[in-house]
Amino acid sequence: MGKITVNGKAQELESPLTLSALIALNNVAQPDMVSVQLNEEFVGKEDYEQTTLKDGDEVDFLYFMGGGSRP
Amino acid sequence: MNFTEDQVNRYSRHILLQDVGVEGQERISSGKVLVVGAGGLGSPVAFYLAAAGVGTIGLIDGDVVDLSNLQRQIIHFTADVGKPKVISAKEKINQLNPDVEVVTYQALLTAENAQEVIKDYDFVVDGTDNFPVKFLINDACVITGKPFSHGGILRFEGQTLTYLPGAPCYRCLFHAPPPPNAVPTCSQAGVLGAIAGMLGTIQAAEALKYLTGVGELLTGKLLSFNAKTMTFRAINTKRSEHCPVCGKNPTVTKLIDYEQAVCDISDRRKT
Ligand SMILES: [Zn+2]
Repeated sequence: MGKITVNGKAQELESPLTLSALIALNNVAQPDMVSVQLNEEFVGKEDYEQTTLKDGDEVDFLYFMGGGSRP
Repeated sequence: MNFTEDQVNRYSRHILLQDVGVEGQERISSGKVLVVGAGGLGSPVAFYLAAAGVGTIGLIDGDVVDLSNLQRQIIHFTADVGKPKVISAKEKINQLNPDVEVVTYQALLTAENAQEVIKDYDFVVDGTDNFPVKFLINDACVITGKPFSHGGILRFEGQTLTYLPGAPCYRCLFHAPPPPNAVPTCSQAGVLGAIAGMLGTIQAAEALKYLTGVGELLTGKLLSFNAKTMTFRAINTKRSEHCPVCGKNPTVTKLIDYEQAVCDISDRRKT
């Protein structure tokens, strides 16, 4: 099937996989709270189900980070 | 700008530095930077900008120093507990470098005051710990075309992105703030104190690079690191055409005060 890159690490694509399935497969904590990029572009949550990954795709899970000080 | 002998001596390591030099130091010395939040990130940011001789440093923070802040908020000392953070920070900056003019706002940044506060500055540094204000800074800077540095830290991790007009904004990556309490803040989940220094010094370097025009900024790149493995990664990012503030059909056209997490409000005086 090919190889994809998830957060900079290579991952084997064994069968056709949607973004939703990839999120489940990678045990993403709080999947509602993660922001997903496919090939450097933002993907809306409503599109996870119909987005099928292909060889060479780069996926990044971005997490919210607060920190600092309350102003 | 004519530097005095003392100033030439004070800034000699910048003046010696190829790419900065006298001209770069002049840009730093006439630069104006607003630091939002005088806490974990704001402390190292303000210290390094002050040491560098940034002409005007604005500090906005409505909080007072608490004993639990001192583990990471290095601009505040034990004797400052109970003192407004902006006053405590201004005192240290004045001692470090009397060349710097410090403007303090002992207040929260809100939808009402944000544009008025940021308008006088060349560059804004986000050193806040909460998402409502992070999104407010982003929106105010995008709407008014103001460069800024986003910074976030949690536990052993940090992330930062620099915005310039036309570049991807924070909302291009994160379309909307998480619901209150959905994502832990440092006051809920903790943070290794030195992480604030690691990220804050990156933000200070970005501000100085912006003022001097040296190098490439972290625009279109979310730099993130995990100090447990000490791995750094720059994630390339593009503008999202669906971005609520800088996309094709923006839905955010004026500033919004998002709801604060309940525990954040009740903990205000404790964190
Ligand atoms: Zn945007």
